[in-house]
Amino acid sequence: MKFTSLLTSAAVALGLATGAMAEDKTKVGFVYVGPVGDGGWTYEHNKGRLAVEEHFGDKVETVFVESVPEGPDAERVMTQMALEGADLIFTTSFGYMDPTINVAKKFPNVKFEHATGYKTADNVSVYSARFYEGRAVQGHIAGKMTESNIIGYIGSYPIPEVIRGINSAYIHAKKVNPDVEFKIVWAYTWFDPAKEADAATVLIEQGADVILQHTDSTAPQAAAQEAGNVITFGQASDMSEYAPKPRVSSIIDNWAPYYIARTQAVMDGSWETVNTWDGIKEGMVEIGEISDAVPADIKEEALAMKAAMAAGEYHPFTGPIKKQDGSDWLAEGETADDGTLAGMNFYVEGLEGEIPQ
Amino acid sequence: MDLSAINPVLLVASLMVAATPLLLAAIGELVVEKAGVLNLGVEGMMIVGAISGFAISVETGSPWLGFIAAAIGGAVLSLLFVLLTQVALANQVASGLALTLFGLGFSALLGQSYVGIKPPSMGDIHIPLISDIPVIGPILFQHDPILYVGIALTAAVWATLKYTRVGLILRAVGENHDAAHALGYKVIKIRIMAILFGGACAGLGGAYISLIRVPQWTEGMTAGVGWIALALVVFASWKPWRALLGAYLFGGITVLQLNLQAAGVAIPVEYLAMSPYIITILVLVILSADKSSAPASLGRTFHASH
Repeated sequence: MKFTSLLTSAAVALGLATGAMAEDKTKVGFVYVGPVGDGGWTYEHNKGRLAVEEHFGDKVETVFVESVPEGPDAERVMTQMALEGADLIFTTSFGYMDPTINVAKKFPNVKFEHATGYKTADNVSVYSARFYEGRAVQGHIAGKMTESNIIGYIGSYPIPEVIRGINSAYIHAKKVNPDVEFKIVWAYTWFDPAKEADAATVLIEQGADVILQHTDSTAPQAAAQEAGNVITFGQASDMSEYAPKPRVSSIIDNWAPYYIARTQAVMDGSWETVNTWDGIKEGMVEIGEISDAVPADIKEEALAMKAAMAAGEYHPFTGPIKKQDGSDWLAEGETADDGTLAGMNFYVEGLEGEIPQ
Repeated sequence: MDLSAINPVLLVASLMVAATPLLLAAIGELVVEKAGVLNLGVEGMMIVGAISGFAISVETGSPWLGFIAAAIGGAVLSLLFVLLTQVALANQVASGLALTLFGLGFSALLGQSYVGIKPPSMGDIHIPLISDIPVIGPILFQHDPILYVGIALTAAVWATLKYTRVGLILRAVGENHDAAHALGYKVIKIRIMAILFGGACAGLGGAYISLIRVPQWTEGMTAGVGWIALALVVFASWKPWRALLGAYLFGGITVLQLNLQAAGVAIPVEYLAMSPYIITILVLVILSADKSSAPASLGRTFHASH
């Protein structure tokens, strides 16, 4: 045998060996809508990714791409991940819904998990958290704490997830404070600190002394702090750097258990399409510590509401509730079904303005 | 709908704040383009300025030092553009784009440990008597100092370009670099100075976002302001006061549309959201009907042997 052919076969053998080793690792990809340092939504997804790495150690390899625009570019990123051998891909924003379905068709052997959407396929699961349960707690605190009776709400896009949050917060604010009024600004972005800060400033200038946000950065918190006597709530992440005031509490998304379970399922070969929608009960939605800026009795009520939701005794959408146009939605004692909630595209009675279509 | 909720005084005051980063970046780029160089790296220089300014003001506790650092940071990054386009004679469009991509990534790296930290506040200037005049006081005399720097810079650039020898030379280099060279002006040297000035201005604009307008650091926080500044320079026909008008118009409509939304005006939000872009472009296009054209050597590479 010639020396060169020996070398070649050695190289081939080595290549096979490393190839085989790589096979053992499960590769998990994550597509993020913002930067991992946003301090909110993407930050928490990335924490979930790190938890997967820690849990499985050498058996798993994770990759992520951050700040991927929703739309065609997302398709390119997902395709690239699938081509690079990802076994499981988490696409973590609502706007990735159709791209995920499209790419999933091309790679039937790769499993996809889309956050907050509603389209599934043989290899596409969807998962989301019942953020509206957290919004109920926020609405209660907001309604009790506001002095101007004006609550500002920064919406991202008019999609069911966001509208649900507005309705839930409004119902619970109204319940404890019949004079409360919501001012809603649509930012049309998930992440743009300057725009979010402007929106918060505008709402404060128009009299709001509570700001709720459904965008991902901490900019509204900073704006509220600058303005002084305004309270806010952390969104998606604890945002505790703004505690005890303006941030008086928060909704924290805890994705880690879900990500670990789904990665395990891919490893075992037991993965199948699911539609997961977990809340406070399962621990996917957590309520960040309620700070001392909230009076003790209000804090107690809020925690009691949280406990009732965790025990499954209370549903934030419990009748009687009417729609904005005055038509009946839920009768006395009736609770909303998941189908209606998932596609919610209407305001409840009392909210002003129209949902942009 | 409740328009009375909109306070016009606060509206004007906050539109000036919203417009300042855009104005600073646009004035810098205007000078660069007047010298015949097209630097598409504004966004990158802004974001690097944003993080340099943020980091230094957090470390030293002084917003002023932060702004100085931001100007230096922006200028240092533009030095890379100088090396590529003026020394290595690389393509300006490609180099500018590379500068933006590099700046976005590099700033994210620098900013790793600054996420979630609050910067020291600069505070607003408060002049007794003048600042307390109703209406005019809050609009004109109760801002942070950098906002006035922006306006002063616009005036200075306008006067320099129009009335001084330096301005004349700069324009000559931008209009016809071969002729300027034949007259004995150091084309490359002048262009390098202009690029550094542009970088410093962009850096200031970026730091204005991270230190005053938002104020905090997050990755990618300039969110396209650099690109709008570039477009603004073109639509303002390379005239400083028009750039100021454009920036205020853009900032104004951005703030106004949020105000209208919050007041519950029944105009579809999508139209409101795109209105800043459309109205700014429309107004500036109408204004530029006087056929002022781009500097003739804009984007062309100069080498003394040509």
